[in-house]
Amino acid sequence: MIPAAQAMEPTTGAVTAPVLRVQGLTVSVQTEDGLRPLVSELSFVVRRGETLAIAGESGSGKSITSLAIMGLLPPPAVRVTGGQVMLGETDLATLPESRMRAVRGDRIAMIFQEPMTSLNPVMTVGTQLIEAIRAHEDVSRSAARARALEALRAVRLSQPERRMTQYAHELSGGMRQRVMIAMALALRPEVLIADEPTTALDVTVQREVLDLLRDLQREMGTAIILITHDMGVVAEMADRVIVMQNGRMVEEAATKDLFARPREAYTRDLLAAVPRMGAGVAQAEKPADAPVARLSDVVVRFGLKGGVLGRVVQNVHAVEHVSFDIRRGETFALVGESGCGKSTIAKAIVGLVPHQGRIEIAGQALEGLDAAGQKAYRRQVQMVFQDPMAALDPRMRVGDLIAEPLAIHGLGGVAEQRARAADLMARVGLSADQLDRYPHEFSGGQRQRICIARALALNPALIIADESVSALDVSVQARVLALLRALQDEFGVAFLFISHDMAVVENISDRVAVMYLGQIVELGTRAQVFGNPQHPYTRRLIDAVPVPDPAHQRMAQARLAGEVPSPVHALGAGPERVRLRDVGQGHLVAEG
Amino acid sequence: MATYLIRRLLQSALILLGVSFITFFLLFVLPADPVRQIAGRSATAETVENIRQQLGLDQPFIVQYGRYLAGLLQGDMGRSYLQKTEVAELIASRMPATLLLMAGAIGCELVLGLAMGIAAALWRGRMADHVLMMTSFVTVSAPQFVVSLLMLYVFAVQLGWFPIGGYGTFAHLVLPAVTLGILGSGWYARMMRSSMIDVLRADFIRTARAKGLTRARVVLGHALPNAILPIIAMIGIDIGIFMGGIVVVESVFGWPGIGQLAWQAIQRIDIPIIMGVTLVSALAIVIGNLLADVIAPFIDPRITLR
Repeated sequence: MIPAAQAMEPTTGAVTAPVLRVQGLTVSVQTEDGLRPLVSELSFVVRRGETLAIAGESGSGKSITSLAIMGLLPPPAVRVTGGQVMLGETDLATLPESRMRAVRGDRIAMIFQEPMTSLNPVMTVGTQLIEAIRAHEDVSRSAARARALEALRAVRLSQPERRMTQYAHELSGGMRQRVMIAMALALRPEVLIADEPTTALDVTVQREVLDLLRDLQREMGTAIILITHDMGVVAEMADRVIVMQNGRMVEEAATKDLFARPREAYTRDLLAAVPRMGAGVAQAEKPADAPVARLSDVVVRFGLKGGVLGRVVQNVHAVEHVSFDIRRGETFALVGESGCGKSTIAKAIVGLVPHQGRIEIAGQALEGLDAAGQKAYRRQVQMVFQDPMAALDPRMRVGDLIAEPLAIHGLGGVAEQRARAADLMARVGLSADQLDRYPHEFSGGQRQRICIARALALNPALIIADESVSALDVSVQARVLALLRALQDEFGVAFLFISHDMAVVENISDRVAVMYLGQIVELGTRAQVFGNPQHPYTRRLIDAVPVPDPAHQRMAQARLAGEVPSPVHALGAGPERVRLRDVGQGHLVAEG
Repeated sequence: MATYLIRRLLQSALILLGVSFITFFLLFVLPADPVRQIAGRSATAETVENIRQQLGLDQPFIVQYGRYLAGLLQGDMGRSYLQKTEVAELIASRMPATLLLMAGAIGCELVLGLAMGIAAALWRGRMADHVLMMTSFVTVSAPQFVVSLLMLYVFAVQLGWFPIGGYGTFAHLVLPAVTLGILGSGWYARMMRSSMIDVLRADFIRTARAKGLTRARVVLGHALPNAILPIIAMIGIDIGIFMGGIVVVESVFGWPGIGQLAWQAIQRIDIPIIMGVTLVSALAIVIGNLLADVIAPFIDPRITLR
């Protein structure tokens, strides 16, 4: 089943007339120096039953375009300064707000990136759905309720009656995005704008939501404008693609042609930077000498308090009996979906959360050390986080940020620390004369380089990279990954690489552990885990990754979205312990 | 919920115990002598000593406090030194007036403050916003007695719309309630403005607009219930500030509530009344905060009490 071919021939009849026609759209922001264009002279059409992807990196203007079509640009600074948005015979760009309101939600609907925050937290799901229907159709409450229920069934939510009375926080991310889709499609709009609809979701959930969108499109013949940065999602979903850069269209092509024969250099670079499964660089097996880090039977639980005296009545079993070694100079990856405990392990290693079991760094455990010993321990482990802007103090100069670990550990004088900071800047590909600048003067990728330089300052044995490249654009991501590899060869540092992105993990890691609900279900070398995945969960994770190749075929598996298993257990109780079995050459797989 | 309430009530009892101790101690170390007030200027030293013994004021602090606490636990708040009446009766007779004034004032405060705050948030950065925020700044910084006297002069003396003072009809309530309301509205206006601005930026507001809802529905149906949460918690705290304001306003407008009672008692160092009014005020604050916390989950389902 090739989705692209399916959508070319909509089952609802061959209608080729464009539903939406954007002509010369220009969106500008009012600045102190006058108008600055965010989107320039953009033109495209979308036909019934067709999916048009608008792809591009951050700042390309793809989201601004979608907000311009919806008439939701943030006033008064940003506005449409030229061009037309023709929905049938109506130009939306010049439509007064009162008439635009009648179009919004009825003829054009939109779903957003953040399902966690896109639903009103204090209103039930049912109320929000009913309200959307009654905003456009003069129907009774009970009729609207019936329609809402039908919409929830259409997005394959389990127990739709119960969902109607629930609040957003009682649903998982995937369920919330389904509710958003139900709300958007309840009135059968002609155009659906999906702005990064699966970016914030786990990969297996992303898979389900993409399948759902495609099925619903086939049933309703909705035209979809899919805004995304993910070329894998583009390859799977779109009939045609527009590649944007700096507010301008770089290239427009049928999806198959774009992937097979990209015309523009920018498109070629973009496609080349996309991490692909099975493209990992073959690396020599690292010698199995004394491990840099050794975790044995590590358990992390958080107590939930209750009762009159506020005693612990339940435990969140975040990490359960996890054991692994990280060898010198190797990249050990922890993968798993949100809430599986991978970041909690990182926190336990640096001593930010209390744990049971034993964690050793260079043969030394944190427990029982005096203050000086703990400081020395911490010198061995450094962290690089997901959001570099949040990880850098905005009021400190970059040079001081990089030298701060040296100052904390009292290494060298001020001049030596500064020289070391300058040296590290050069190592991570930045210039030493930028030392006196502030973090906001750098781009996202450069900021992450600064964080890496800071982590390297103490020459640690282990760097924990917690989703360190997840927030970066693919081209930047590729360069940061290359930098990490080069630094590893140079400094011999080991990485604990924590990520939800299977393709990235497959590209950078030597060994991989797959986590599910606080426990490791599979552990082995990259070749073992990705080449010969044994555990069903590992296979599901790998299969769910969107493949940046339109010719790739995939088995569709429709699943009902229901409750996710909970890591919360009563005192004394707990999850069943997963036992790992060696299936050959150190490849460990959960039994049963 | 039940365990939560039990725990909170136990905490409340501890708070009241603490308040009673601190207040009693402060009144004990006060350099003024209540017995002198009771006996009058012409009393002999012997009479003064007699009265002191009668009232037990010659005893050490810990004995006096112990006696007071023992009485309190049996529901006895003591007798007024000067009015020779039970303190509990005095407070009970004046409580309805104060509660009425408080209800009127909080009503005024919320209506004025929230309306100003919402309007300022919607017109953020424009002239109306600046004017509203200036106004709120003036009301926040104006002294209570100045505003009280000004209101009295303009609306009662000059215009004659309302009675100069007293208690009994709705017309009597208007000036003191509005005065307290204006004074408190500035806080609410400022809080509501910033809370509303935050909420209006939220993703779910964009969703509501994308559904094609009217602006009124987006602001009142979606933004307001979210923006009002911090305000609810504030009302609980506000009751404390109110108790201070009520002493001044009740005295100026001749409103026969416990604020006036407290004012008279302080002037005469009538310790049992001061203690009683302080404890009742503390109780009101504790109950106000408890109510605010108990109401919160009904507005925001994410909040659970445990």
